[in-house]
Amino acid sequence: MSAVRTEPTSPPRSGPPGLPRLLAGLDPSGAAMTLADHERAHGPLPRIGPRELIEAVERSGLRGRGGADFPTARKLRAVAGARRRGRVLVVNGSETEPASAKDRLLLSRLPHLVLDGAVLAAGAVGAHEVIVKVGESATTSVRALESAISVRHDDAVTIQLAEGPEGYVMGEESAVVHFLGGGAPVPTLVPPRPFERGYRGKPTLIQNPETLAQVALVARYGDRWYRELGTAADPGSALVTIAGAVAAPGVYELAFGTPMADLLAAAGGSTEPLQALLVGGYFGTWVDSSRAFRLRLAREDLRSVGCSLGSGVLIALGESSCGLHESARVIDYLASQSAGQCGPCVFGLRAIADAFGAIADGVAHDREYDRVLRWTSEVRGRGACHHPDGAARFVESALSVFGYQIDDHRRARCYAPGAGLPLASGAATAAAAARRTARGSAAARRAAR
Amino acid sequence: MSATRGSSSRGPARGAIAGRLRVNPIMCEAHGLCVELLPELIRLDDWGYPIIDEPDVPEPLIDLARRAADACPTLALLLDEER
Repeated sequence: MSAVRTEPTSPPRSGPPGLPRLLAGLDPSGAAMTLADHERAHGPLPRIGPRELIEAVERSGLRGRGGADFPTARKLRAVAGARRRGRVLVVNGSETEPASAKDRLLLSRLPHLVLDGAVLAAGAVGAHEVIVKVGESATTSVRALESAISVRHDDAVTIQLAEGPEGYVMGEESAVVHFLGGGAPVPTLVPPRPFERGYRGKPTLIQNPETLAQVALVARYGDRWYRELGTAADPGSALVTIAGAVAAPGVYELAFGTPMADLLAAAGGSTEPLQALLVGGYFGTWVDSSRAFRLRLAREDLRSVGCSLGSGVLIALGESSCGLHESARVIDYLASQSAGQCGPCVFGLRAIADAFGAIADGVAHDREYDRVLRWTSEVRGRGACHHPDGAARFVESALSVFGYQIDDHRRARCYAPGAGLPLASGAATAAAAARRTARGSAAARRAAR
Repeated sequence: MSATRGSSSRGPARGAIAGRLRVNPIMCEAHGLCVELLPELIRLDDWGYPIIDEPDVPEPLIDLARRAADACPTLALLLDEER
């Protein structure tokens, strides 16, 4: 950090007790909170030096909420300590997880909270440029951000809005900086990672909107306040998108440590007996309901059953649905969302998806199950990005939770109604298909030899 | 082949590590020359793309690893040599 700011740090305001925190003052009509209302709720943007902010974030224990769960202070430090100049902060509001709605909620209704966090984080790492990347279908978020940015005159940084593709791989940092720099919306080989060389070669800090909104609160109310909720290992609150067989699906702010049953109760409770929960979105993990109900919203609990909160999506699957068929649809979707660059992802995920579909339909040959297992272990770590790894995790958990139903599916056709898991059809699909065709010829050449 | 892989995986018997192999999966187009030249460390998946189970290259194989990296038509096989 070269530029150490000298302005005095404003003393922490006393923060609101309990919940909601992020969602405090949310207008039930769905309108975006104005700057005046935002400052009435939270006070003006606090003055806080770069070092103070990073240290407060570190003491708060905040971790990134985009899915990777990485300690935010470490990421801030990495960019603050970068040797290259011209640092940039990118807010990745692409919200690529089809079931997730929290980024849209924050950007469309609490834009100033996210922008506060972005301006503060930019100041902490010495960035003068903030780019907010939003999915092109998120028109309400775009309008709210445009109008929010137009009334912020005191920020020491320039804030730009970038609309762009929202295919699943736009959750990858390298794909975001590649696209913003004028390239195709596809991941690149790392290293160099964006914090070393990102947008136009500049050290780039990429954060999820919720992470930045949390930073805005930590900067105002302090890390001690932040830790008043949650557990020692997982302090604070989180936005969780709860979907599936619940009475009131939606985005809820909950304290870490909340038992799973209370999470579902927050969403109106389940509408039927549940067979499993999908934790962490489509790169996440199925957990059968008997184990799921023993868990709390806490990393240690989730890790004990091999999952993580990921992007904060929780999907409840009712007894009336078919876990194999629902999983087959998700795997097919993930295969379709390959950026189309890496052979193991393009061909491996497609083969896994087709075989899994046949297994769910009860028409697979005996050896298909073993091949799915082998392919799944073989695609791991063999893409430029995490797409094959996340898909592999999903496949393995689907087989471990629903595998016992495979024989029944072979004996009799399954007529379970669809559970309606959301599957966005992003623009990446067409691009991937086009690239796969080109790629296919290369492999075909080889096969012909 | 199996003897080499076994000895490179663990234990005091393994020779000095002279380098590490990586694949740039974006560049790789499954030409397959690498596995022809270095089957000791590289195998192919069902679509002809290389799988490297053990990226450490033991000293006796470093010349072959260099040849495999040099032979890759898309320069997708990367060898980081120990200095």
